[in-house]
Amino acid sequence: MVVSAALAVGLVTTLITNPRYEWGTVNEYLFAPDILRGLRMTIILTVVSMLIGIALGIVLAVIRLSPSKLASGLAGAYIGFFRGTPVLVQLIFWFNFSALYPKVVIGIPFGPEFFLVNINLLITPFVAATLTLGLNEGAYMAEIVRSGILSVPEGQTYAASSLGLSRLQTLRKVVLPQAMRVIVPPTGNEVIGMLKTTSIVSIIALSELLYSAQSIYTRTYETIPLLIVVSIWYLLATSVLTFGQQYLERRFGRGTTRTAPVARFQMLRNAWGMTRREAGVQ
Amino acid sequence: MMGQAVAHTYSARREGDFMLQAHDVHKFFGSLHVLDSVSLDVAKGEVVCIIGPSGSGKSTFLRCINHLDKIDAGRMSVDGRLVGYTERGSRLHELPERDLLKQRADIGMVFQHFDLFPHMSVLENVCLAPVLLKRRTKQEAKAAAVELLRRVGLADKLQAYPVQLSGGQQQRVAIARALAMEPKLMLFDEPTSALDPELVGEVLVVMKELARTGMTMIVVTHEIGFASEVADTLVFMDRGRVVESGDPRTVISQPREERTRTFLSQVLS
Ligand SMILES: Nc1ncnc2c1ncn2[C@@H]1O[C@H](COP(=O)(O)OP(=O)(O)OP(=O)(O)O)[C@@H](O)[C@H]1O
Ligand SMILES: [Mg+2]
Repeated sequence: MVVSAALAVGLVTTLITNPRYEWGTVNEYLFAPDILRGLRMTIILTVVSMLIGIALGIVLAVIRLSPSKLASGLAGAYIGFFRGTPVLVQLIFWFNFSALYPKVVIGIPFGPEFFLVNINLLITPFVAATLTLGLNEGAYMAEIVRSGILSVPEGQTYAASSLGLSRLQTLRKVVLPQAMRVIVPPTGNEVIGMLKTTSIVSIIALSELLYSAQSIYTRTYETIPLLIVVSIWYLLATSVLTFGQQYLERRFGRGTTRTAPVARFQMLRNAWGMTRREAGVQ
Repeated sequence: MMGQAVAHTYSARREGDFMLQAHDVHKFFGSLHVLDSVSLDVAKGEVVCIIGPSGSGKSTFLRCINHLDKIDAGRMSVDGRLVGYTERGSRLHELPERDLLKQRADIGMVFQHFDLFPHMSVLENVCLAPVLLKRRTKQEAKAAAVELLRRVGLADKLQAYPVQLSGGQQQRVAIARALAMEPKLMLFDEPTSALDPELVGEVLVVMKELARTGMTMIVVTHEIGFASEVADTLVFMDRGRVVESGDPRTVISQPREERTRTFLSQVLS
């Protein structure tokens, strides 16, 4: 206790007194247009990739749980492949996809060509990035959604079927809403993970937050202050996401406690109070 | 194999009078012969109670009636139509999903553990299927649901969530939910087995009331009192077979088969 307190005091002291942190420079770049543009790209990448990942994850999970051995096996292979290879390798692969297939011709073999797609133009860094992150995320989301679906008792499916609901209706109206309680918390972690993972696309020169900072500090050599700027934005964004996650958890917890469900606004206020209290305790 | 009462009704009634006709139905789970030549006819408006030891295939039989489980051999028809199949010539073809779902919607089912949808209010539970399957508009469905819930004595619980209700109340909602589709046939799978003793009565009252309105009901139950009071026919199943069936009071007081006698003495003690 005493040791950690001493360490904390020491750390704070150096943060303030060590001039090499260059807090003035941090302040100068925190709202620089290039940095804000980078932040915007990071957020867009995160949102688009997560949307692809979630949609893909739901589809894959349903296929994985389908009675067809073949379909289930194929979904399993997809999940295994994307979880088994580093996302960085996948990124470089997609970025160089045009080396594999420079052109794709859509038409009848040996017959007329209808379309000629130039892959080089099609796969821009942004497309390569969202494709990589989205397809990769799909594999992880599939496992999360699958465990969510499996957490819903079989009786629910029987009850829905006995009322005449189709498989899809049962999934949408009965199973997935209940699976949400299990799906939301790890998905929140995935979003936070994704936000940070987007930084790897800086290697294909896509101007997200990290790359924007790198472009500046390779010119000015203010490496540390710019990395602090980047970290501050990542921290802020993850804090906002954590708050959103808690709100969603409460929302999908409906029907699991004996207390009456509270109105949305009330819930939001409670969630806010809760985070402040938790923060206060720590 | 079929009980006398069934044989009797066979001669007395015509085809169109039957709600359920099961003939020589077989069902296997792997090598387990769960239903072994089960035959049962249920007339329109009849209440049939099924009793039997655990694992004798009662739930499986109910699930086969609305095709939640598929039968492996035999014939099963509800209201004169084969369950899950159509017959062209002498060949059976599986029904397309849309027709199968329509068939299922006409058969209500109530489960041992209620299986209400916990993320929906009582009203939403009852309205879900009629609205989703376009049987009714939202307004109509709501009005009908309110009326049904009033009938089962839960008019004051419309906005409650299932966890906020007692087991007996939940089961009554489950009955209303099934009735909302206006089924021709109601299946009950041990509707009171998961309830505390003091809550059993309120559910049985609702079921008796339903029987009085002329609903055709097949009830798997261990409530011998209910069976002898309400049922027209009592069926005893053991190891996938219908061992004995007939007038409930006769079966209970003078069982013909040794296995029935043993089972009854266990249940009644
Ligand atoms: N999906 C299934 N797969 C494999 N075996 C099953 C399945 N469902 C039921 N069984 C088996 O079939 C047999 C009959 O089960 P069923 O649930 O129909 O019996 P039951 O008469 O309803 O018994 P209980 O009174 O315990 O509810 C049991 O041995 C059970 O283990
Ligand atoms: Mg059973």
